[in-house]
Amino acid sequence: MKLDDKLFLVRFNTDKLNHIKIIDPNVCLKQCQDKPCTRFCPAHVYDWDEEEKRISVGYEGCLECGTCLIGCPFGNIDWKYPRGGFGVSWKNG
Amino acid sequence: MENFDVIIVGGGPAGLSAAISAANAGMKTVVIERGDYPGTKNVMGGILYTKATDMVVPEFWKEAPLERPIIEQRIAMLSGNEAIMAGYRDPAWGVEPYNAHSIMRVKFDRWLAEQAEKAGVMIITETLVEDLLYQNNNVVGVRTGRAEGDLGAKVVILAEGVNNFLAVKAGLAKPLKPASVAVTVKEIIALPKEKIEDRFCLEEGQGATIELYGDSTAGLMGVGFIYTNKDSISIGVGAILEPMIRNNWTPNDLLENLKAKPYVKRLLQGGETKEYLAHLIPEGGYHQVPKLHRQGVLVIGDTAMLMNSLNREGSNLAMISGKIAGEVAAQSIKSGDVSDQAMTVYETRLKDSFVLKDLHHYRHMASFFEDNPHLLKVYPKMLSKAAKMYLTADGVPKKARQKEIIKMAFEHRSIAGFVKDIYGAWRALL
Repeated sequence: MKLDDKLFLVRFNTDKLNHIKIIDPNVCLKQCQDKPCTRFCPAHVYDWDEEEKRISVGYEGCLECGTCLIGCPFGNIDWKYPRGGFGVSWKNG
Repeated sequence: MENFDVIIVGGGPAGLSAAISAANAGMKTVVIERGDYPGTKNVMGGILYTKATDMVVPEFWKEAPLERPIIEQRIAMLSGNEAIMAGYRDPAWGVEPYNAHSIMRVKFDRWLAEQAEKAGVMIITETLVEDLLYQNNNVVGVRTGRAEGDLGAKVVILAEGVNNFLAVKAGLAKPLKPASVAVTVKEIIALPKEKIEDRFCLEEGQGATIELYGDSTAGLMGVGFIYTNKDSISIGVGAILEPMIRNNWTPNDLLENLKAKPYVKRLLQGGETKEYLAHLIPEGGYHQVPKLHRQGVLVIGDTAMLMNSLNREGSNLAMISGKIAGEVAAQSIKSGDVSDQAMTVYETRLKDSFVLKDLHHYRHMASFFEDNPHLLKVYPKMLSKAAKMYLTADGVPKKARQKEIIKMAFEHRSIAGFVKDIYGAWRALL
């Protein structure tokens, strides 16, 4: 089963505000060879946009685990919880 | 600004247990939860332990939304398509006083929050706590994300979960590192009750668990798990983030790798995935337990790194830490002393309980596995080979076969290597 199909099953109260920021896009472009965030995020929130030469952030699909905050080797992801009441809303847990 | 005796940040098992014990001791208590209601943000593998829960809500099993009492615990070590299994089963675990149940956190935590409300706890939902409030360097409450959202408290209990933002801001904890968390993903797969009971050899209503080691995590430090619910199966896999990054794994691929194993596949066959979840498990162990208290603050549950992954116990450590914290908060408030010194009682009581005793007992475990990554690669393969050689009836006399097995084992690991591994395991686990 593909990840996109699994994520389709998750319920969200999507906020119009983005709760995730890449602190310095230049770090992703110039210093980060590996771009591990594009792999370790369980929801594939992070993707390398080859045209724009930056990491695109699909915050709407964030499962709020916190892996990115800890895993980014450059500490370049400013990840917070969404505002109260927004974000993922599990059906089973 | 509204004032409370005790403010608890986070409505999971730790926070709600703290709330119940504080309210039972007469404290004006509030739980602040960022989800729609307690449970909607909460994830665990799915096993709730009876003894600890009974200490928070006596005879909870008569009313609480539980899935299945666990009567069998199996472990399986996977190597390629092969598996070695061991397990323990006792039907007595299927009736009172039970040992453990599978649960769904959304349902269970909501129910536990209702018990807290019955005890007089106020629950504020859809509210994120952004920081603690200080006055002359003393903690006097919390700042929430709402307009005019400051709330005063004599004691704040941090039950914010594994992501320890507030504990870090308060100078109690350090930011988490990739070596000290396990990224865990889980699927809930719907299956008819009868199929679950047939596949796991269960009587009606009974439950079973399987923990899977070895190739279940593609050799990464971690574990896979399969738990039976009423009409679904929870299957998940968790691995330490650091090796996961180093080996370029994605969590979902790791889960699909486990689901495709022959030993696992047949258990899930025909099921329909209902939800995909992700969560971090705090794996820092004893040496990374943060400072557990300061003036006006106590730290409990996952935020306090209270997790015994070897025995996959976490919810019980969370609930007992919460219960003790609620009691200590109430005592301190009643005696008019919420100083750091007064709060040390919490740590002392945790040290006297199984919570910190177990963490201390396994204090060498994380570094043992971290320093010996070969353990998860060499041993599953070697043991599988040994089992296959021993059990294959091919006309070789058993005495000769046993010699071959010993020779094969020493091809995988030298005598000195075995001695080192056994000593290390002894020190880490016993």
